[in-house]
Amino acid sequence: MATVGIKSTAYCLNFAPELALHYGGTPSQERHAKPDSDYLKALPGQVQSYEEAAGYAPNKTYIGAMSVDELAAAPAPWLEHLGAPERYGRYGEIMPEDEFIGFMDICDVFDLIWLDKDFAARIREKLAQDPVMGESQMARLEAGHEAAEIAEAVEKHGALPLYLDGAVVGCCRRAHDTDENLAAHVMLENLACKASGVLALLHLIKNSGLTPGDIDFVVECSEEAVGDTMQRGGGNMAKAVAEIAGCGNASGFDVRGFCAGPATAVITAAGMVASGVRRNVAVLGGGSLPKLYMNSRDHVKKGLKALENCIGSFAVLLVPDDGTEPVIRLDSVGKHSVAAGAAPQAITSALTYEPLTRLGLKLTDVDKYAPELHNAEITLPAGAGNVPEANFKMIAALSVMKGQLKREEIPQFVAEHGLPGFVHTQGHIPSGVPYMGHARDAIKAGSIRRAMIIGKGSLFLGRLTNLADGASFLVEAPAQTDGSGSTAGVTRDEVRELLLDALADLAANLQKN
Amino acid sequence: MDLENQQRVKDAAEKVGADNLVVVLGSSDPEGAEIYAETVTLGDPTFAGPLAGVPLGLCVYHVFEEEMKSEADPAAWEEQISMMEMVLNTEALAASVKKMRDANSKHTL
Repeated sequence: MATVGIKSTAYCLNFAPELALHYGGTPSQERHAKPDSDYLKALPGQVQSYEEAAGYAPNKTYIGAMSVDELAAAPAPWLEHLGAPERYGRYGEIMPEDEFIGFMDICDVFDLIWLDKDFAARIREKLAQDPVMGESQMARLEAGHEAAEIAEAVEKHGALPLYLDGAVVGCCRRAHDTDENLAAHVMLENLACKASGVLALLHLIKNSGLTPGDIDFVVECSEEAVGDTMQRGGGNMAKAVAEIAGCGNASGFDVRGFCAGPATAVITAAGMVASGVRRNVAVLGGGSLPKLYMNSRDHVKKGLKALENCIGSFAVLLVPDDGTEPVIRLDSVGKHSVAAGAAPQAITSALTYEPLTRLGLKLTDVDKYAPELHNAEITLPAGAGNVPEANFKMIAALSVMKGQLKREEIPQFVAEHGLPGFVHTQGHIPSGVPYMGHARDAIKAGSIRRAMIIGKGSLFLGRLTNLADGASFLVEAPAQTDGSGSTAGVTRDEVRELLLDALADLAANLQKN
Repeated sequence: MDLENQQRVKDAAEKVGADNLVVVLGSSDPEGAEIYAETVTLGDPTFAGPLAGVPLGLCVYHVFEEEMKSEADPAAWEEQISMMEMVLNTEALAASVKKMRDANSKHTL
């Protein structure tokens, strides 16, 4: 059995309500189509403050300031029971928007982000307080520009203004005069994704106790396309992120698969580690600027806060299994094949029942399932239902169909094997991987033995195929290993037989005596 | 209902005639199912798509309604739909579409 250790994880949020208001896909499209709409007029009144976002239980759970069990026990609705704001958690942080704008400049190597010089000076002091911000990052922050220069770039050269508290504090310039793939809005999306990915990688390095130079390879799995008009989507976001984090010994590549991307990227990276091709591989995904305020039309209509105000990011570090860290089992990988079909039943079976059956396990042998972990307080008002709960019910129903569970046990299965969704609707980000940090902690604490991470992607959104995709894998407690990444291969039954033989010998000897 | 699907329904109604068309919904959410049913009978309630102000009055069912289930191959139903039948609130889904159909469909099976 090939296994790979999970050395550390990192999860960050970048609070960005002004970017959401101006450049989130839904408000942005509405501004073009109906600039005077009631929705756009009402939206600024439904905004969360940073303190509210940092005290919101699902956000605190994402960065590891709360455990999943604490979230499940927290009074609901979470939106009406805000806790103490926490910027930092065990896995990462919730970065305020002013610092994120400054951090995008740090991550910009083509002088596309211009900051107002007063703002730049102010933000330098704040960013320097962040424990993951090193000298090499701070040295990249520009001194800033005169307000008039920024205004001219916006008015005459296609730059997009960057706002804070309604005032312009900088801009994102276009990277080419005529190439639409290098237009300011595309560059802003890519820079926001890159910066959020860098932040997660910096926290990952800190959490692992390694140095940036220890990272051998980076696999990036966001949903952004990097490239000019001749090679839209050429990549390589991974290496661009590694450069800013100071990972001089790393190379990298990107893996894409919509929301199935992160699970697929983890499997890809684990394969490289298990085969000995790379040792310390970071898998990471920056977040999505266009998905900010994606469902805000429904939230505003129902008088709710527009909750989709954070760009999410994650990173996990995979290393050779030395028997000390929870592991990914590569023999447990689930695949949704082309021929499997797009029915939920076919997808659920391919990703859960089939790989477990291959291993001689039942659906009830998995302590926790982590499918799409969207926060239901975001999705329910938008008519999209409680996504994780629907997935747990599907797995329970499949267990009933396979004779592994009684029908009346479905609610109990959902309660015991599921968990509350706590992740922003950032497309690829909610898809299973946000639980890897919590699973690692729970396995180390002995509260669970086995978790299944499940990613599912809507490939049809790209209009090239009607197919969906999916990938899954098990995370388990480490077995005794010989240090080579493969276990010694002794099963429980074999141990039982050895013990019985020894007892029989003992009994025979006692009789002789 | 997204704008593309609204256009598909509109095109199909023009091509084969509203009287020869049945819309079968697979929505997992009763509220959503009701809005889809409203869209193909009264028109797009958000006034954003091709069916805005176009009351096609189509015959519309949810796949979990008995009239639809009885038409399905039992083996295919078992393989593709039975799991979701166990998961979803089939009665609420059927009721929400029936309510809209009874009130607004101009055509029947």
